[in-house]
Amino acid sequence: MATRVFGQPVVRNEDQRLVSGMGSFVDDVSAPGALHVAFLRSPEAHARVTSLDVTAAREQPGVVAVYTHTDLGELDIELPLMIPHPCMPYPKTQRLLAHDEVHYVGQTIAMVVAESRYLAEDALEWIELDLEPLPAVVDIEAAVEDGAATTHSDSPGNVGAQLTQVVGDPDAAFAEADIVFTEHYSLERSGGMSMETRGVLADYDARTRELTVWDTTQAPLTIKGSLGSLFGIPYNKVRVKQPDMGGGFGTKVMFYPDEVLIPWASMQLGRPVKFVEDRIEHFIGSTHERKQIHEIDVAATSDGVVLGLRDRFLHDTGAYIPYGIAIAQVAATQLPGPYRVPNFSVEFTAVYTNTVPVTPYRGCGRPQACMVIERVMDRLAEEIGVDRAEIRRRNYIQPDEFPYQRGEILFADGLPVTLDSGEYEKQLQVLLDAIGWEEFSAEKEAARAEGRYIGLGLANYVEGTGLGPYEGAHVQVEPTTGKVWVATGLTSLGQGLETTLAQVAAEELGVDHGDVIVVTGDTQAMPWGVATFASRAAVVSGNAVAIAAKDVREKALEFAGNMLEAAAEDLELADGHIFVKGAPDRFVTLKQVAIASNPLRYAFDEDAKAATQFAPARSADGPQLPPGDEPGLEAMGYYSPPHATWASGAHAAVVEVDIETGELRYLRYAAVHDCGTMINPMIVEGQVMGGVAQGVGGAFYERMAYDESGQLRNASFMDFLMPYATEVPKMQLEHLETPSPLNPKGIKGAGEAGCIPVPALTASAIDDALSDLGVTVRDMPLDPCSLKALIDAATEG
Amino acid sequence: MSDHSVHVTVNGVTHEREVEPRLLLSDFLRHDLGLTGTHVGCEHGVCGCCTVRVDGEAMRSCLMFAVQADGAELDTIEGLAGPGDELHPIQEAFRECHGLQCGFCTPGFVMAIASYLEEEQRADLTDEEVREAISGNLCRCTGYQNIVAAVQYAARTMYGSS
Repeated sequence: MATRVFGQPVVRNEDQRLVSGMGSFVDDVSAPGALHVAFLRSPEAHARVTSLDVTAAREQPGVVAVYTHTDLGELDIELPLMIPHPCMPYPKTQRLLAHDEVHYVGQTIAMVVAESRYLAEDALEWIELDLEPLPAVVDIEAAVEDGAATTHSDSPGNVGAQLTQVVGDPDAAFAEADIVFTEHYSLERSGGMSMETRGVLADYDARTRELTVWDTTQAPLTIKGSLGSLFGIPYNKVRVKQPDMGGGFGTKVMFYPDEVLIPWASMQLGRPVKFVEDRIEHFIGSTHERKQIHEIDVAATSDGVVLGLRDRFLHDTGAYIPYGIAIAQVAATQLPGPYRVPNFSVEFTAVYTNTVPVTPYRGCGRPQACMVIERVMDRLAEEIGVDRAEIRRRNYIQPDEFPYQRGEILFADGLPVTLDSGEYEKQLQVLLDAIGWEEFSAEKEAARAEGRYIGLGLANYVEGTGLGPYEGAHVQVEPTTGKVWVATGLTSLGQGLETTLAQVAAEELGVDHGDVIVVTGDTQAMPWGVATFASRAAVVSGNAVAIAAKDVREKALEFAGNMLEAAAEDLELADGHIFVKGAPDRFVTLKQVAIASNPLRYAFDEDAKAATQFAPARSADGPQLPPGDEPGLEAMGYYSPPHATWASGAHAAVVEVDIETGELRYLRYAAVHDCGTMINPMIVEGQVMGGVAQGVGGAFYERMAYDESGQLRNASFMDFLMPYATEVPKMQLEHLETPSPLNPKGIKGAGEAGCIPVPALTASAIDDALSDLGVTVRDMPLDPCSLKALIDAATEG
Repeated sequence: MSDHSVHVTVNGVTHEREVEPRLLLSDFLRHDLGLTGTHVGCEHGVCGCCTVRVDGEAMRSCLMFAVQADGAELDTIEGLAGPGDELHPIQEAFRECHGLQCGFCTPGFVMAIASYLEEEQRADLTDEEVREAISGNLCRCTGYQNIVAAVQYAARTMYGSS
């Protein structure tokens, strides 16, 4: 029997090429004769375009074309509103190239196409652009005050969306509560900042009328469909490829102007055209996320049981709202976390500002919501004088309460929030043991005696993962190599899908996972599917692969039964062979079955010769391929989840604060994660650890530093401080596996989880470290200066 | 701008090209020589993705012009291992320890670590030492812990018996 690979920490199939420099990232793809693009971007946050003259630029060496919106003809459009919702009074999306008004620094105004990127950038200098600055909206609190300047001159106010949702009866809860308080919390703006920026290469073949696009997109099928309909090209003549991706983190799921303009330019010019962002363009041209300001009322019993919450928050959506209310809505639904909270209301206002548009970045509203509810739990513990772990125990949803319905509040899939399973209290206990919760007070006391300020913080989260509508998989035993081919409509962002999906197929088909070839990011290989986002790939695609592979297994057994003249139930499949049970010398290989399953066959190799002796594979009279039968050992499988599966986790850290400098150091870090049944624990751990590192950035280092005029002052890796190895703590990881009852494999998503609790637990740990000084952290991320300011305010106050 | 002649040896192979003086070494390697294993993450010398070895020393190829490499011996990720599917111990360690996810930063890490391990020549590297050694390279996927483990694994493979 083959060793079981599902659930094992096997090394990854994709690594051989990636460690050898043989990956194929979009910018690595070369097309002979390709032209290169540079964009003229707005230097002002909000301005009227009074003149734009590209005549001189068109005359520059190597320049093939310069386009402004007036050159676009029918393509002079606004990008689509990807997720509409009736609560948006005037949903704004971006034009491919700006008209007479620009709305953020970085917005595309003109496009230069030249023989090289160097020459294209040279020509940008020759474009004459005159702008008349308008007041810039940056501060979301000021933006919603009466008389505030507006982000868009043609629209009143700055409200992009406004929605109130109520579960239970919050007012009644507040009326009967023993404890009532109000708090304010906020999180700053950051960004995914994948190491690979975004890029597009397009090649239109005018003879065959086929468009091939290599795009750093998390959603190649969306791009395929969109380009086909925009350009009037049949769906099957648009091929979008996303070979290797250097990280996505949500930022690459958006629809950007260049994703339309580069293919269009290739069609106009009859040559391949390439555009790859430089890092500064990525900062000012690709989307951000996180800024929210929450005001929350809390109602609880004297025992610390939360009866109700009333949360009001402002969400910064930037200059446009292409992704609708997704982030704010996810934040709203995640607000109660793993806690019962029978009554709550959430009212949010998405606010337009003259800044880079905001769309989901790993976490998507959850770090904000987690920060709010976990800070509330800490405050409540303090109010009634119980341990921070105990207050959480008193509020957890218990294992026997699942499925737990939150009432009529809708999740990102448009369905009522229903948590499917979880073991929150057990999870907490594993965490407390891992971090040394009980022993910490002695440790803290000893440190204080030495003049050191150390503190312990914790936070829980839940994460709705694995959203629909569906994913599919094509599974085939290849007739030439005998390997298993798995094609999915998804892309791998680098998280290891080529391995996890191989493990799923290998399990069903009794082969080594190294003999499974997983194809992601090629719309020609799999024309149906959605995209990789929202921690959904393993859940939705993983189950689709399992379904298709099961079908292939059944077909293989049926065909092999004919070949071996045995009943299918007397056969077993292992190590790429199908044996007659109890007669190990009577077998055929999967490859031979694959060859025999196709009536048209030639003895082109030894396996084919062997397969022919068994012909026909089907014991049918009449045509070789009877009506209803299909050639090949293959199947399509689709999986559509009933609703989101809810993963969970609990993290804790011990930090040390230097009260003289405001410096923060993580001394140790523990994380417990529960994403249901794990396909590959090594890959899950990688996801969690990488998420924590991003969370550390979002807790103490990273922020998009906009000034009042809407200039992003730190648009480089020199100034936007992403954690290096010296800033990220060593992590101890523990797993729970509470299978999801919603899908056959019991899988829940794991992609985003790691980053969610880090700002919350860091705040909790800092409060604990500085408990003598009475510091309370309400706004994250901090940095040494802002932490020092909090310390000074506390000591001086 | 008149072109300049650049004569370099990359992974043991000599190349001679006429290039603009402003052409970055990273672009020269990737686009003129087709060695796309060297990646470009920031083009301002912070992320370390483009790290190659110039006369044995780890350098950021986005901070050099190709003309500055005239006469130099360069090593890139493509030349680190032997032929075929063979991997260098550092590459093998990254795979074994899950020291990479998207793999975009990996070539830069591997080349920087190659220089570091050659300098250290020992197997007993502490976490702190390794973290310091790799603190010039950014990774957005792994959280670094498995990269630290990979460096230690490689050090043991390469110097464990000495």
